[in-house]
Amino acid sequence: MTDATQVIEAPRSQWRDVWDQFRHHKGAMAGLCVLLLIVAFVVIGPFVWRVDGTYIDPDAAKMILGRNKPPSWAHPLGTDQVGRDMLARMMLGGKVSLAVGLVAMLVSIFIGTTVGVLSGYFRRLDGLLMRMTDLFLSLPLLPLLLVLMFLYGNLVKRAFGPELGTFLLVVLGIGLTSWMHSARIVRGSVLALKEREFVLAARSIGTPARRIILRHILPNVVSAVMVAATLGIAGAIITESVLSFLGLGFPPDFPTWGGLLNEGYVSLTTYPSRVIWPGIAISLTVLSVNYIGDGLRDALDPRIRGR
Amino acid sequence: MLTYVLRRLFIAIPTLLLISVVIFFLVDLAPGSPASEIPLTVPPEVRAKILESLGVNAPFHVRYLLWLKQFFWVEPMYAIDYLFGTDYAQGAQRIISYSSRSPVFNIIIERLPQTLTVIGTAYAVAILIALPIGIYSAYRQYSWVDQLGTFVSMVGYSVPTFFTGVVLIVIFAVKLQWFPSIYDTTLRITDWGSLWKQIHQMILPVAVLGLYNAAEISRYTRSSMLENLSQDYVRTARAKGMSERVVVLKHVARNSMIPVVTIIALGLPGVFGGAIVTEQVFKINGIGAALIGAIHANDLPMVQTITFITAILIVTFNLIADILYGVLDPRIRYD
Repeated sequence: MTDATQVIEAPRSQWRDVWDQFRHHKGAMAGLCVLLLIVAFVVIGPFVWRVDGTYIDPDAAKMILGRNKPPSWAHPLGTDQVGRDMLARMMLGGKVSLAVGLVAMLVSIFIGTTVGVLSGYFRRLDGLLMRMTDLFLSLPLLPLLLVLMFLYGNLVKRAFGPELGTFLLVVLGIGLTSWMHSARIVRGSVLALKEREFVLAARSIGTPARRIILRHILPNVVSAVMVAATLGIAGAIITESVLSFLGLGFPPDFPTWGGLLNEGYVSLTTYPSRVIWPGIAISLTVLSVNYIGDGLRDALDPRIRGR
Repeated sequence: MLTYVLRRLFIAIPTLLLISVVIFFLVDLAPGSPASEIPLTVPPEVRAKILESLGVNAPFHVRYLLWLKQFFWVEPMYAIDYLFGTDYAQGAQRIISYSSRSPVFNIIIERLPQTLTVIGTAYAVAILIALPIGIYSAYRQYSWVDQLGTFVSMVGYSVPTFFTGVVLIVIFAVKLQWFPSIYDTTLRITDWGSLWKQIHQMILPVAVLGLYNAAEISRYTRSSMLENLSQDYVRTARAKGMSERVVVLKHVARNSMIPVVTIIALGLPGVFGGAIVTEQVFKINGIGAALIGAIHANDLPMVQTITFITAILIVTFNLIADILYGVLDPRIRYD
């Protein structure tokens, strides 16, 4: 029976649907909560725990007495080999690690999307750009990244200062070596979108290619890119910590979680907690980001749900 | 098929050449020059002679072509000479390491067995663990085995290998003292005792690398199995009255293995990258350690050669994966 007072549901946006799907993925919601906690720890933490993580007691005797302390009320996670507070260092390190993950992901997504859109939209560029993508996929990335970090580290540090220089080098290095998958994903969806009616309509009224890409194509590839972007953050955080762990990342007075792990690794047998905490932080972050990526993929693509 | 393989082989050659240019270029143009490794007390004329003997004064393309010739022509000849006792090489110049002044390939051959034993065992263990878990957790989707398996593989995939390595060292080497934390590469297997010792010291690194790779392979196996389990031919097989064992292990598993096999082939070169970290954690004196050492010592020929060998591995395994895909799946026709 048709009822005149039947309530017509308000139109829902795509993102609202995605969020509703996402909410039902237990792992993804848990990951989101853990990630928010970690971000809060790193961003709000320093305002609550007002100890300077880079402070070394200038009085040598006091410094030596304050080294390698076990957890106490003054230092909940103990102190490191020169008496710096580990909790404050974990916050400092987390800030850098998360920033590297985020910015490197942005670099990699930017390159990947540009390459993907160009090669998907312009037939003439397709062959060349895809050959380049294949070439990058065949490069031994970790060895090359290590070589880049070591051989070009000093040059960049001299140009931009030790902190900004290393940050730029790490971020660009990771970005330049991880854009290939998003390029392929974007190219695939652009190839499909290009044949759709709305693009044809836009073209038939004389819209220039630049505006078709920005107005009609890019908003439609966002969902495909988002999963790649989320997983990209996890990958970038791991790569940065590998570089720091191998001693080719940030300088020691500029801690990251990987760098803290590297410092603690020397005294692993005597003070294992100094390795365990940064390790847990890295693992939890990457795990929660991966779960969020899983949930996003399920929410965005109903066909593969539960795989 | 044959034409496809031949065509792929022909494409692989320019790819490799391009990669070799990129690698040589990146490493060679780096600001840290080999001259900086020579002590300042060395008089200038001697320094000039050292630099000349290192061959760094020649222009870029000459050095590149020389390196290419040494890599693809001279070194294989030395290998043939070594294997068959011939003398084709006739004392031609080999690729020489800057820091140890001995041929790069000798060092690589020396280091390779350590890396291969650990990586090979780890990968084999990973496959042996991952396949049953992946198959079973897809067959009983959402059972507790599946939940546990998916969670463990997610953890294994997310936790970086250096941290799993460190945790295992803390638990099993420091607290329980069951296994050594440092890998002894000088160990020679002569009797049962030393064989046991070798297995004993390999357990931790193999566990670390194995867990990481098993996580990835089991994820792929599971999702590929799930895709096939809902196909019509499975229903047909069941309707014919086949036992579940035959349906799952013969019909579904065989079809699901097609993408998994290629993933296994594609992942193999990546394991070498992971091995760099594992070798550092357990202090294994393998190829990865050699690469790190060479990078720190500014030993450019060594870095170039090891990186290029990794690139060759990647290209070869990509090729193998593509061909395997065609061989295993008759639906795919390349010509």
